[in-house]
Amino acid sequence: MKHAAPEGGIGARLPRLEDPRLLVGGGCFVDDLQVPGMLHLDILRSPHAHARIGAIDASAARALPGVAAVYTGAELAQFLRALPSAGGLQGFSAPEHHALAIERVRFVGEGVAAVLASDRYLARDACEAIRVDYEPLPAVTDPEAALAVCAPVLHEALHGNRAFELRIGNDTAEALAGAERVVRGRFVNQRIVPNTMETRGALAHFEPWQERLTVWLSTQAPHLMRRELARLLDFPEHRLRVVAPDVGGAFGAKNNPYAEELLAAALSLRHRVPVKWIEERQEHMLATSHARAQTVEVSAGVRADGTLCALHYRLVADMGAYYHAITHVGPMMTAALMTGAYRIAHAATDIVAVFTNTTPTDPYRGFGRAEAAYFVERTMDLVARELGLDPLELRRRNLIGRGEFPFATPTGHVHESGDFGLCLERALARLDYEGARREQARLRTVGRYLGIGLATHVWRAGFPSVPGGKGYVVSGWERSTVSLDPSGTARAVIGTSPHGQGIVTTTAQIVAEALGIRPQDVRVIHGDTDALAHGNGTMGSRSLVVGGSATWLAARQLREQATRLAAHLLRLPADRLVLRDGGFADREDPAKRITLAAVAAHAQAGPRDLPAGMASSLEATALFEQPNFVTCFGTHVCVVEVEPQTGEVRILRYIAVDDAGRAVNPTVVEGQLHGGLAQGIGQALLEEAVYDTAGQPLAASFLEYATPRAGDLPRFEVELTETPSSVNPLGARGIGEAGTVGAPPAVVNAVLDALAPLGVRHLDMPLTPQKVWRAIREARA
Amino acid sequence: MIPSAFNYVAPRSLEEALACLGRCEPGTAALLAGGMSLVPALKLRFARPATLVDIGRIAALRGIEANAGGIHIGALVTHAELLGAPQLADRPVFAETARVIADPQVRNRGTLGGSLAYAHPAADWPAVFLALGGEAELFGPRGARAVAAEDFFTGIFGTAIGADEILTGVRFAHVPVNAGSAYSKMRQQASGMALVGVAAQLVLDAAGAIRAASVGVTGVNAVPFRARSLEARLQGSASDPAALSAACALGITEADPLGDRHASADYRLHLLGVHAGRALARALARARGSAGDGADYND
Repeated sequence: MKHAAPEGGIGARLPRLEDPRLLVGGGCFVDDLQVPGMLHLDILRSPHAHARIGAIDASAARALPGVAAVYTGAELAQFLRALPSAGGLQGFSAPEHHALAIERVRFVGEGVAAVLASDRYLARDACEAIRVDYEPLPAVTDPEAALAVCAPVLHEALHGNRAFELRIGNDTAEALAGAERVVRGRFVNQRIVPNTMETRGALAHFEPWQERLTVWLSTQAPHLMRRELARLLDFPEHRLRVVAPDVGGAFGAKNNPYAEELLAAALSLRHRVPVKWIEERQEHMLATSHARAQTVEVSAGVRADGTLCALHYRLVADMGAYYHAITHVGPMMTAALMTGAYRIAHAATDIVAVFTNTTPTDPYRGFGRAEAAYFVERTMDLVARELGLDPLELRRRNLIGRGEFPFATPTGHVHESGDFGLCLERALARLDYEGARREQARLRTVGRYLGIGLATHVWRAGFPSVPGGKGYVVSGWERSTVSLDPSGTARAVIGTSPHGQGIVTTTAQIVAEALGIRPQDVRVIHGDTDALAHGNGTMGSRSLVVGGSATWLAARQLREQATRLAAHLLRLPADRLVLRDGGFADREDPAKRITLAAVAAHAQAGPRDLPAGMASSLEATALFEQPNFVTCFGTHVCVVEVEPQTGEVRILRYIAVDDAGRAVNPTVVEGQLHGGLAQGIGQALLEEAVYDTAGQPLAASFLEYATPRAGDLPRFEVELTETPSSVNPLGARGIGEAGTVGAPPAVVNAVLDALAPLGVRHLDMPLTPQKVWRAIREARA
Repeated sequence: MIPSAFNYVAPRSLEEALACLGRCEPGTAALLAGGMSLVPALKLRFARPATLVDIGRIAALRGIEANAGGIHIGALVTHAELLGAPQLADRPVFAETARVIADPQVRNRGTLGGSLAYAHPAADWPAVFLALGGEAELFGPRGARAVAAEDFFTGIFGTAIGADEILTGVRFAHVPVNAGSAYSKMRQQASGMALVGVAAQLVLDAAGAIRAASVGVTGVNAVPFRARSLEARLQGSASDPAALSAACALGITEADPLGDRHASADYRLHLLGVHAGRALARALARARGSAGDGADYND
């Protein structure tokens, strides 16, 4: 059976269906919700990076009229389990992490006491009225320093601050020894703050008369949170409902079952009142996961012909003071993808994961893979410079070729399919690379510093399940239910939980494509665990490749059902039917026709006249899991000018060519790239969560932490290629993280290319004016 | 925003506002204008005033007025209003400065009076106020008085405004003949405030030499200042860009730069020279009438 694609189906540049409501202020976020009688939770946080907690005197706080309760960590631990800590980590011990600190605080911002009061202002006043005796201890914030023998130890139950050590890869010693040349470098991928526009928040409402707990959460994974809350609260999962209303960004930082959300739910159960907690911006900067925080020492072995024969990293990964849900996974992903887009036969990473007196780290857009791309792309530029080769030429000599897929890397990853050179050549053509190099040479003669930076980045999306994990484990499958209403409109209930990705629109397009209807006639329901029994959530660029594929499979099944029923009603063989314009018609006699709505209405009416075995409603559910990660790739080219007088960097052009596999909606794909590029450029030039040596955060507000704004960004030149993936039925590739993966190396390579004539070899992000100015001054001296 | 508790009053007239202040214990009231500095401080509970006197409804504090003595700008005039005011068309430095303050939302609410009265060491207007030799108009129980720009800033976050007084506006003399002024700034990347901000005014004589120079600097010292050493060097000198650069290169002896994460003292000092040079070059171009429209700033 064939059908003509409806307007707005797969591939259409449909304006986002989400936008009209959001743009006119019709969004509804957790803080917009009110339940009569709700109390407000506030957390008293540690001002110390490391201290022993002595006596806590909350009597003055408890005496304030309107304060319902005050809890300390020790009081809480009597009825609340510890937080999940490095879920699924095998063979290594994890420190105990409680919702509120017990006996010791280990980072500035760690919760020490919780207050429940009738309003937020009073709750904060009560926090201020709590007296805590702290005995400050020496703190350590630098992960290398934390490894020293004499460093203050965070978790005395563990051995030193070494969280775990792991080697991923094959043997590199021999290949490095045999290399023509070994290029060495040290690169820092700095600690940054996710800074979602909407901070975290929760509203928990226990209704005793029906023994039901509803938790509205600013989360990206409601089903995951339902499971975790049920486990942590010892509350029956089938009586727990988690709802993600509109969510203003998550970027990986809203996957973790945090203390505050758990406390809101626990205290709602205990006090039998609704409890709301809304994070303030400063709390977000202290208590929501930080990200990146990896440093590598690189050894790259090069042959005489400019090909790489070996790559070794010693990777120091800063876990922060505790593990969040999957903190430990970041460096493992970095190791798995360390060879990037290149054919390098010997590669290994020795991971050293370290605890420090800082906010715990966890995913952020590009988790592990952005670090990998940055390290290998910086390595390529460094190698090119030491060999006196154009960085483009070096990349061409080492890039995995179109005919080499599937390609197994020495670090245990298999690139399922790809065409890395395609994006590279398209980006070069758009720039006119040779012309840009000539212009650069000309301007250098008049004292102007132009730089051209390349990133031929590779990453991966849509993780498969990892069997055998304990505690917090994320599964790789996703689930969708698609059904047809008797009037002919459709609904899709999905297990992913979009919050900015445009998945409502693309899901509607996928269903529209399968059923031959308009996307506007498809309602996409998500973010409510009562609407779909099981799901996983939105993370790791999986919503389209995994979730969208589940939707596609369910919609296809639904179409098969509808076709069978239409054939039955028209008394025709199914293969004679064509689905177009909202109905089925006989290919040979188009006058013989039945609308989709009539088919659906018939199914709804009852089982009297249905084909054998068909149920009386048109509905299909499908589960999909990729057998392997989908390989994602692109080439970014950045052209900058450095102002040598002040050290300021200006981006003149930014070209991003990324492969979407199959762009269900090119406008949505481009939007995803724009957002990611903003964040990637932010990391390259602006952002850094800095601590002083005593563990005090120096950039815990927007007055000190530079997050990118429109004025900091160039006009993006975005192009898409479409090389179908082999691991999902849509042929789609992840795109959500392409910007944060590609931009940091492209920008940093460009700036260092600009500074090359001065002899500046490397600078670590962020490339602030002061840092660039100082490097220029020192190079000239 | 979770501030500590405060009383809120919104007087309709200056007299009423003074009465409100008079009823408060000294030091316990805060004046709220645009709120662009005070509200963040309240939110973080850095500021805990017992009473917030919202002067936003006092009509007498609004408006820009040209008169025989020069021009008067009401304390509640916003940065956005200064960006497009027709009365300031012959003083492009106002639009040039307003445009590099924060972002449109802040510019729509933040006020000139608020910026001067708060006296943040990295605020932009103090540099312009100093370079143009303005006067602050104060009103208090003992009546009105004026304070010259150079006497206005008394310390970090400190001004000559008495605890019982209100800044009602600022006054600038008429633009001298053959004069040009400009503002050049390097932004702190997070806050958008001035790592270094330099406002300069040059007045040329009939022969085209520099008759008078005045330079106001913000973001460098704890207190904004006039760069008298540079001004003296410039006075009487030839008015060509090379001479200006040479004068800047000799340094500004009044500078006692702060050092922080965003700019160490030596980097700030270097930036001061760069932006003094840029502000002077642009002021010169305007004095010569070649770029008086304020269109050529590159900050």
